[in-house]
Amino acid sequence: MSAQQVLFDAPGPKAKRNILIGNIAGAIFVIGLLTWLVITLAERGQLEPAKWTPFLEVRTWQFFFLPGLWDTLRAAGVAIVTSVVLGLILGIGRLSHFLPIRWLAGVIVEFLRAVPVLLMMIFLWLAIGAASIMRPQDIPFIAVVTALTLYNGSVIAELVRSGVEGLPKGQREAAMAIGMTRGQSLRSVEVPQALTAMLPALVSQFVVILKDSALGYIITYTELLQNARRLGVGEGNLLQALLIAAVIFIIINFALSSLANRLSKLLSFRTAGRAKRDKDQKVLLPDATNAG
Amino acid sequence: MRTTRYGALAMAAAAALTLSACGGGGGEGEGGGAEGGEAAADSIRIGIKFDQPGLGFDEGGSYSGFDVDVAKYVAGELGYTEDQIEWVEAPSANRENLLSNEQVDMIFATYSITDTRKETVDFAGPYFVAGQDLLVPTDSDITGPEDLNGRNLCSVTGSTSAQRVKDEFAEDVNLIEQPGYAECVSLMGGGQIDAVTTDDIILAGLAAQEANQGQFKVVGNPFSEENYGVGLTKGSELCSDINAAIEKMIEDGAWEEALAANLEGVDYEPNAELNPPTPAECA
Amino acid sequence: MDGFLSLFEQYDVAGAFWINIQLTFWAAIWSLLLGTLLALFRISPIASLQWFGATYVNIFRNTPLTIIIAFGVLALFGQLFVSLSEDFNLNFFRLAILGLSLYHAAFVCEAIRSGVNTVPLGQAEAARAIGLSFLPAARLIILPQAFRGAIAPLGNVLIALTKNSTVAAAGSVAESAGLMKTMIEFRSDMVIPIFFTFALGFVIIVIPIGLLTTWASKKLAVAR
Repeated sequence: MSAQQVLFDAPGPKAKRNILIGNIAGAIFVIGLLTWLVITLAERGQLEPAKWTPFLEVRTWQFFFLPGLWDTLRAAGVAIVTSVVLGLILGIGRLSHFLPIRWLAGVIVEFLRAVPVLLMMIFLWLAIGAASIMRPQDIPFIAVVTALTLYNGSVIAELVRSGVEGLPKGQREAAMAIGMTRGQSLRSVEVPQALTAMLPALVSQFVVILKDSALGYIITYTELLQNARRLGVGEGNLLQALLIAAVIFIIINFALSSLANRLSKLLSFRTAGRAKRDKDQKVLLPDATNAG
Repeated sequence: MRTTRYGALAMAAAAALTLSACGGGGGEGEGGGAEGGEAAADSIRIGIKFDQPGLGFDEGGSYSGFDVDVAKYVAGELGYTEDQIEWVEAPSANRENLLSNEQVDMIFATYSITDTRKETVDFAGPYFVAGQDLLVPTDSDITGPEDLNGRNLCSVTGSTSAQRVKDEFAEDVNLIEQPGYAECVSLMGGGQIDAVTTDDIILAGLAAQEANQGQFKVVGNPFSEENYGVGLTKGSELCSDINAAIEKMIEDGAWEEALAANLEGVDYEPNAELNPPTPAECA
Repeated sequence: MDGFLSLFEQYDVAGAFWINIQLTFWAAIWSLLLGTLLALFRISPIASLQWFGATYVNIFRNTPLTIIIAFGVLALFGQLFVSLSEDFNLNFFRLAILGLSLYHAAFVCEAIRSGVNTVPLGQAEAARAIGLSFLPAARLIILPQAFRGAIAPLGNVLIALTKNSTVAAAGSVAESAGLMKTMIEFRSDMVIPIFFTFALGFVIIVIPIGLLTTWASKKLAVAR
């Protein structure tokens, strides 16, 4: 039911007037709220120039926000690649015709999907630290990337599986007919098509990865949030620094989400899975609902 | 023809992975190739806090604080120039690991000497005696932990100091636990928190921040004794040399200078009876 | 093994999980209410409400939850003196619920919208044909079917919420992630058994939710 206009008539003069009154009331409410916010914050000295001028200095960006952003993007970027790889492996494992592999992949996916990312990060951080296998300054990065990979890899595995299951049966039958094995058919025919179909959901999952990388600050990874905190300690403007970090996150994630939306519109006309699209929309569009 | 695209994707993924794997290590610290246990002969790895203003703080490219100054002095006495020091972040939870895995040579990170810790690591020093205390707004009437009944006290998650206040001094204190002291100080600046607790020198370091000048004071009524030692790998041979360096630092006035420079402008005197301390015998 | 068991006498693991469950329960109710309201806004005839709904979703969906929780403590409590309870600890518990609800409401809204998309156009046309205006049509015809279609995605949100309740550790709530960190720091030789205990706890909570919502979404699916 996409054409929502059927739910109501074009507003007439009376309805227009009511809407106008409602809008004015709403605007007054919002403006009132904002005014209260600004006045209270000003009373507490949070709007003083000294709390904001540091963001105009080159040093702030050179040593805190940009390195933090770089570390956030680095962790998210690597985690995106590794979780796609892990997701493909686990997803294909779940579709295998060999029962033990299917079963094993299923158990791994269900386990990884159920454990909070934060728990995995703290565990990996402390466990790798105790195991002495890498340079200490690399441990937070590795812990963040590994935790993100394990969780998001399992989510992507489910995307792969639902994507393949959503394909028309004829695709597999055709592959079998020209003599491909089950594995060949999966690798060369089904998964590539499923990937195209699940691309929007995949990109939305990248937003989850980017957001969750912020949990790294709890294990001393110097990503955007952590650096914002460190800046806030030095300048005494923690709240303002966090606000700037939040805005940067929102901008990047909003761009990624828009990309996902655009992709889903673009691709809805060309996937081979179109035949069953309606029925599978729920599975193929968890983008909107994946709260990470 | 679909295969090609799929293969290209896999290849792109693999390539990106390889790239990032190479890029991961570089760019951090100058010690580069030093893998795990073996220390490069021409450098020394020192663990410090990166987020503790006044003690060990990452200023964006350079490090400052009392712990850092003592570490630089000691390293200098051991024959290393400042360029040869590789600074490693040593968060509280990881200090024992870093030492027992030989990933750092020394730790100067508000590291209290305790019997439990002595079972796994060695200590040189102490180079400072701190005490758990309270940081309060300048105009506060709080003079010690007993005054905290019904007041709001902030500390970091899992802090022993806050627990001690609740158990021994003020049963009805309201505890709030935050991820770091930065949050606590921010809350106290807003007036919602009456006191922050941890070691007095850490509190003084927070109060000494330019942005906090004149707003907070350390109560000066410590309710514990924390001997800050230099954490060393079990069986390390550096202990007596480090002790000699600490003694020399105290004698020639550099110790006092470092303390004054890092805690400038704060109403805080370290416990005069116990400071400066005499380093203990090496095990 | 004895050492492992004695850890459980020393630390209240079950109590910490109970906190997570309570956080999840209350945040689920509030985010469902707020999310439904936002979804109504987004499909409503009034442009300003649509705009408000979309802006809300875009802001909260794209902000890391940790920052939202931190703002709850540092801004709402610290600067704006918002108090949700006289009791000091309960106040932080409720602030954490507020943060979790605001964040997940954005996802609930999108889940319901995806449910609305499963309702055939004819349903709305029929509702209009028998003279129902927007609100009655939404309340009696569209939303009941949309909820049924949205059960699977709503289940996903609930699972995410359960796991995200661990982030409340940053908001001075003594829940399981914070406890696990303390326990591992205290007994670093038992890092693996401790982790798997907590992981298993979440598996036990989360998997039934998943099974239940899958079952319910099939059971309640609208036959078409």
